[in-house]
Amino acid sequence: MSQADNQLERVQRSGLSLGLLIWSFMIVGVISILYARDRWWFLPLASQHGAEIDRMFDIILVLTGAMFILVHALLGYFVIQYRSRGAASKAHYFPHNVVLELTYTILPGLAMLGLSVAGILLWSNIHRPPGPDAFVVEVRAEQFGWSARYPGADGVLGRTDNDVAEPYNVDRKDPASRDDVVNSEIRVVVNRPVRTLLRTRDVIHEFYVPAFRTKRYMLSGVSNETYFTPTRTGTYDIACGFVCGVGHYAMRGQIQVVTQAEFDTWVKQQKTLADAAAPRGAAR
Amino acid sequence: MATATAAHPDAHAHEDPQSFVSKYIFSYDHKVIGVQYLITSLFMMLIGGALAMAIRTQLAWPNSGVLKADSYLAAISMHGTIMIFFVLTPALIGGFGNFLIPLKIGARDMAFPFINMLSYWTYVVSIIPLLASFFVPGGPLSGGWTAYPPLSALRGAAPGSGLGQDLWLLSIAIFLISSLFGSLNYLTTILQMRVRGMTFWRLPLTVWSLFIASVLALLSFPVVTGGALLLLLDRIAGTSFYVPAGLFLGGQLVDHKGGNPLLYQHLFWFMGHPEVYIVILPPMGMVSDTLANFARKPIFGYKAMVVSMLAIGVLSFLVWGHHMYVTGMHPMLGTAFAAMTLAIAIPSAVKTFNWMATLWRGKIYFSTSMLFSIGFISLFTAGGLTGIFLGNAALDIALHNTYFVIGHFHLVMGAAALFGIFTGVYYWFPKMFGRMMHEGMGRVHFWLSLIGLYGTFFPMYILGIGGMHRRIFSFEAFGYITRMHDINIVITISAFMIFIGGLVFAYNLIWSLTHGPNSADNPWRATTLEWSTPTPPPHGNWVGEVPAVHRGAYEYSVPGAKDDYIPQWVTPQKAGVVTEH
Repeated sequence: MSQADNQLERVQRSGLSLGLLIWSFMIVGVISILYARDRWWFLPLASQHGAEIDRMFDIILVLTGAMFILVHALLGYFVIQYRSRGAASKAHYFPHNVVLELTYTILPGLAMLGLSVAGILLWSNIHRPPGPDAFVVEVRAEQFGWSARYPGADGVLGRTDNDVAEPYNVDRKDPASRDDVVNSEIRVVVNRPVRTLLRTRDVIHEFYVPAFRTKRYMLSGVSNETYFTPTRTGTYDIACGFVCGVGHYAMRGQIQVVTQAEFDTWVKQQKTLADAAAPRGAAR
Repeated sequence: MATATAAHPDAHAHEDPQSFVSKYIFSYDHKVIGVQYLITSLFMMLIGGALAMAIRTQLAWPNSGVLKADSYLAAISMHGTIMIFFVLTPALIGGFGNFLIPLKIGARDMAFPFINMLSYWTYVVSIIPLLASFFVPGGPLSGGWTAYPPLSALRGAAPGSGLGQDLWLLSIAIFLISSLFGSLNYLTTILQMRVRGMTFWRLPLTVWSLFIASVLALLSFPVVTGGALLLLLDRIAGTSFYVPAGLFLGGQLVDHKGGNPLLYQHLFWFMGHPEVYIVILPPMGMVSDTLANFARKPIFGYKAMVVSMLAIGVLSFLVWGHHMYVTGMHPMLGTAFAAMTLAIAIPSAVKTFNWMATLWRGKIYFSTSMLFSIGFISLFTAGGLTGIFLGNAALDIALHNTYFVIGHFHLVMGAAALFGIFTGVYYWFPKMFGRMMHEGMGRVHFWLSLIGLYGTFFPMYILGIGGMHRRIFSFEAFGYITRMHDINIVITISAFMIFIGGLVFAYNLIWSLTHGPNSADNPWRATTLEWSTPTPPPHGNWVGEVPAVHRGAYEYSVPGAKDDYIPQWVTPQKAGVVTEH
């Protein structure tokens, strides 16, 4: 082959600009994460299990950040250092090396094993159902709003059954449903484990409370559950996290964390399902 | 006919084409079909990219009026559908798979040329209902590219859940059938039509990657084809595979009974996750080849590269549940899927370090193709590492359906796969068309793309951590998202950089087709078999006999050899040294 046919000699030979670009991604990446931590990070935490999630996030952030830096530091160095230096230079023939390859198979393997175990333990903890003294609430979603059902004085939510041809499918023949309270406000009690049943009237929605690090789909025809323990009183945003139609973008709700006394006073003032049904019966 | 010649690569599978139509339109020639696939998918990329620009304009300037709440949902759903099914998959599998497999294994054509032609034209047919859905009442589907029922099953649930959704399902089903034709063809060709001496351990990694991707496609696509047809039946035939009883839409009881929406999610992601690897494996293979070529070094750890791709292929079928940690799947399943998902990090790490070791002490030439290959390593790392967060089921509770996920998959399988395509186009363009591409324009394209991609997708991690969730037309209802408005503006400006880079690329393609300098047969001094053909290769690929293969695909800078590369087709006598593989 003639030299003129060799396109390799016509391409760029310096890797300096590319190396600097790669290093700049590394530097800007690290700085932007550090900068964001003070401004745009997770919302201030308001649940118990969230602390564990945040801690594990930070551990993985450090590990993956170190890997990101290692790869980019080396990559940038290699492209600057090992550019073609003319006819005299020659690449090092280095097709394989078992020790090196095993090293970077086993080390990531061990790291992943550790992270798997830690992650699975945390995941299992979060999904351990709270005891019988937990606060029970059914959070309800529909296109495009939120509401809740509370169990009332008996502490038991009336059962739901998909065959009940009524929005949210509450079986009113179940005596436990009589004192249930349905309300547009979603309230839970501070420092008390919450067992949240999730029910949708129509399509799939997602119960996402960023401040609680809580997220669970509300699956059509299925009563999903999620558990959390709020640690601070106040009002927190709920977002519908899963696309549910035209109004998805504005499907914001609020969850109020109040004291037990505040909740008890409030819930007594609300109408039960039996109360709500009574006037209709009277009119007939 | 084809089967009779399958075992004998020297035989012509079919006669030389005579007319324009048989040569360029309904061609049986794998090279023409490959180029057809590439051009069609690049055209689709323009549509998918334009949709992305509309989406980004909306998110940076919510009051610009580019999109409305309903057309926004249509735009994101179609952007995802087009980019995954109609750009990445056909460009990589259909485009490069067709063009490269016979050339790289020493075959004169595919095993089944007619089915190959059919595969391309079925792909074209599948595009028609998809694009037609823009013009029907209600527009295209609204539920995102995953089209979860009941939103996608019930006509009144969203504007796009009318005729647009039917057309989408039809289009996807046809597309998946077209891919099936392709996969069968690639597998048969690689298994049956390798030239003398081309053992499996001498296959270039590009061929290995296309082989494994074809297996994944063959096993996963039928599942979602079935899933899509069931959804279509729910919509038009009154069945209830996915829709339970007791739902209300507006004031109306929905007339369905007994279905479960979780079933669809399982079927969808059983295809959906392997699909991610179907589009990232071929770039991994191609980048391995170009890195070795332009660093003038053997790919480091060839066998480990093959084994890691096989491992990724196997694991890809065991991790689909990580898309469903919080959807309602039993939490116990989440633990198994989390362990499997993190295991994928191991072969991915091996590949990344092997690419780095290939560069170490190399003699690097920074062709445009090489720039994109090195960019691929960077993007794959920046995107892949965050998979360790998302694979961890507990962290996924906080991050699922946020922009963290969008940043992750766009970097690791969108941007990286795109860089694989660009690597391939700049590298094989001379073989395809007999002309070189413009290196200067290539560099402009590279810089705009890499900076643009980082500027677009890296800040999305922060948006996700800050709580911004997906598929929202406007974030003004949420104070904690509005605080990050500036990030959205930076992202949009960066996204436009990518798009402008893409236009430079398009111009470069057209310019180089007509003005590019003529290419030699082996302009990059490469070792693999496609470079032994005349440029561009004639029908049947080789004039005279197909050269036999004498060594592995990566004999660069072998000590004692005259040149710094020994092509696979050079006999040991001529090479002057005995090589190991």
